[in-house]
Amino acid sequence: MARIPIVYNLRHLGARRVSTALTALGIALVAWVFIFTLALAGGFEAALKTSGSPDNAIAVRSGSTGELTSIVSREAATVVESQPEVARSPDGMPLATAELLVVWNLPRKSGTTTNVVVRGVGPKSPALRPKIRLVAGRMFRPGLDEIVVGRMVSERFRNAAVGDHLKLSGRDWAVVGVFDAGGTSYDSEIWGDVELFMPVFDRPVFQSVTVRLDDRSHFEALKRRLEADPRLTVQVRREDEFYAAQSGMLARLLRSLGLFVTLVMALGAVFGALNTMYAAVGARTKEIGTLRAIGFGRGAVLLSVLVESTLLALLGGAIGCLLALPVRTFTTGTMSFATFSELAFRFQVTPGMLGAGLAFAAAMGLIGGFFPARKAASLPIVEALREA
Amino acid sequence: MKFLRYVLAHLWRSKRRTFLTVSSIALALFLFCTLRTVMTSFDASIRASDDTRLVVRHAASLVFPLPLAYRERLTQMPGVTHVGYGNWFGGYYQDPKNQFAQFAVDAPTFFDVYPEVILPAEQRQAFLGERTACIAGRAACKKFGWKLGDVIPITGTIYPGEWRLTLRGVYAGRTEDVDENTVFFHWDYLNESLPDVRKNQVGIYWLRLASSKDAPAVSERVDALFENSPQPTKTETEKAFQAGFISMIGNVQLLLTILGSAIVFAIVLVTINTMMMAARERTGEIAVLKTLGFGDGLILRLVGAEAMILSLAGGILGCGIAWLLFRRVDFTAGGFFPNFRVLPETVALGLLLAVLMGLLSGLVPAVSASRLRIASALRKVA
Repeated sequence: MARIPIVYNLRHLGARRVSTALTALGIALVAWVFIFTLALAGGFEAALKTSGSPDNAIAVRSGSTGELTSIVSREAATVVESQPEVARSPDGMPLATAELLVVWNLPRKSGTTTNVVVRGVGPKSPALRPKIRLVAGRMFRPGLDEIVVGRMVSERFRNAAVGDHLKLSGRDWAVVGVFDAGGTSYDSEIWGDVELFMPVFDRPVFQSVTVRLDDRSHFEALKRRLEADPRLTVQVRREDEFYAAQSGMLARLLRSLGLFVTLVMALGAVFGALNTMYAAVGARTKEIGTLRAIGFGRGAVLLSVLVESTLLALLGGAIGCLLALPVRTFTTGTMSFATFSELAFRFQVTPGMLGAGLAFAAAMGLIGGFFPARKAASLPIVEALREA
Repeated sequence: MKFLRYVLAHLWRSKRRTFLTVSSIALALFLFCTLRTVMTSFDASIRASDDTRLVVRHAASLVFPLPLAYRERLTQMPGVTHVGYGNWFGGYYQDPKNQFAQFAVDAPTFFDVYPEVILPAEQRQAFLGERTACIAGRAACKKFGWKLGDVIPITGTIYPGEWRLTLRGVYAGRTEDVDENTVFFHWDYLNESLPDVRKNQVGIYWLRLASSKDAPAVSERVDALFENSPQPTKTETEKAFQAGFISMIGNVQLLLTILGSAIVFAIVLVTINTMMMAARERTGEIAVLKTLGFGDGLILRLVGAEAMILSLAGGILGCGIAWLLFRRVDFTAGGFFPNFRVLPETVALGLLLAVLMGLLSGLVPAVSASRLRIASALRKVA
């Protein structure tokens, strides 16, 4: 069976330029919104998912959903750190860190205030989070009123650049360094010496203990022993799972909102595409009659109209993808319910998302083209040719 | 107006196109109303706040408690008529996904500081007289199927363990903006069950004032009083407190505005396209009308009116569906938006948007129709 060449469709799209452009732009915006919402939810999820490592285990008080509501005594922390599954650093000390976490209200650069995680860390903390590296200044010195801040804190909050002073718990702390945590939630934290933070923040207990496992497979043994230990009331989780669980509700909400918006909007755009293609078919009834008369079959006409609407939609999808690329540079912050404080993250646009946007656009084109295509294919030749 | 039938006849003639166009506009405005309602639902707690109520919390953040001893000194503060207090409990019912607020409150003073929580007198008495009693909002009771007398086990995350509370009252809010998804129970019950180091700590104090005019002065005096203590305070009106809370959730407003604009813009493009195609198909007819002596202005209005009718029909449909749907359906997005309902001003804005869409989409085809030159148009037809 002879096929109608694609050039025919391309010429037609070119002939009604304004209409093509308007329809394609409409579809482009739908694809853009689709990618935008995926990038938002993806970015949020990625920030939490990548914060934890499967090589680390974290112990918090049993029943706590996050570090904030947890309490781990110094004695309990010592027990956790001295387990045989905990890896040792070259100096023979366990690769473990008992940390304090408080939440402090600080002014953003925009003037509004929000909570920021202030984490008291020990000497082994950086070693347990290899993604962290200093990008400005130096590390704080234990025992001094010095802190280092995450990149997002430095970018988004007042008095948080190297050389500034931040007031926390009645003291002025010198910001001596800014660290980059590779887009993880640590980027939204302030770090200082845990032994100094405990008296200053009047907190005699830790919130969590994180340890590096000497072997990933030893996690279950560690968990079983610690959770059964009568001296302790802790629950032990793999660090990556611990953080991933925190993204749950908000990420789900963002995804469902995005899906809902996109689907309703897509339906609207499909209606628009239907209009366009019906008009396109209507305007060339005679032409279609001619095509049929010179030997192209019904199938060929059907396919041709479908190809044309899909091309139109793909053009829109491609424009949408191009417009979505700069979304990568957007940063936003939201409240993480687990820490009750701000978690800033970058939108994440992956090739998969762009592909999904294109596929979505193509689907709109196929649906929007199908009914007009069927109409075109079923035109009786004689009547079509008689048409004005 | 006498040409209205002509315009309607036109719309009727191409039923499919009219249906598709009205539907796509309706969908866009439905989305607009939904997104704006997400925004206004965030602000429901601000609208529900009372100007004569102040919130006192630890200056560092809500996470830090204040001593119970502050109560006496707050009570003596001039301008303050009632002092209440409570702790955010942060528990869940059966499944951590069941998100709703629980507060341990000082029961005797609670109804003085929160008069918008409405409860039958006998239920209030029953609640006050029983240490392990609780009251819950209508929406929460409906959602979880709780009935008076039920024992509700709440699992604590901040206060570990299972807390068994007996439901003695179901409250309603005085206005629609009051959250009806909360559980309130006795602070004394919580306090007596805690280990000694965690006893007598208060999350939030609520102050009721004789007059809202005193709010700035009282706030300042309270904060000055505790400024140099180990637990400094931050006092603000309930409105400011709620606004601060919402600003922590992040720049939702901007994100939703971006999405909303993209949606409206996309549909405007689609509608302009449809109107242009409709006008193009009628080139001959418009030329005939002009030949018959219809003026350019009248033609402009006829074509424009068609776009306006389509847009308005879509607008009424879209906003109307959103209005009805979210009133009938108990949508809370998993407890995230306790009061998800479309405000009248959202509908008004939506309709205004529809009018603007009508103007915009009608403009191009209407102007080109009115400028149409009869001779060339008629030639094209023949």
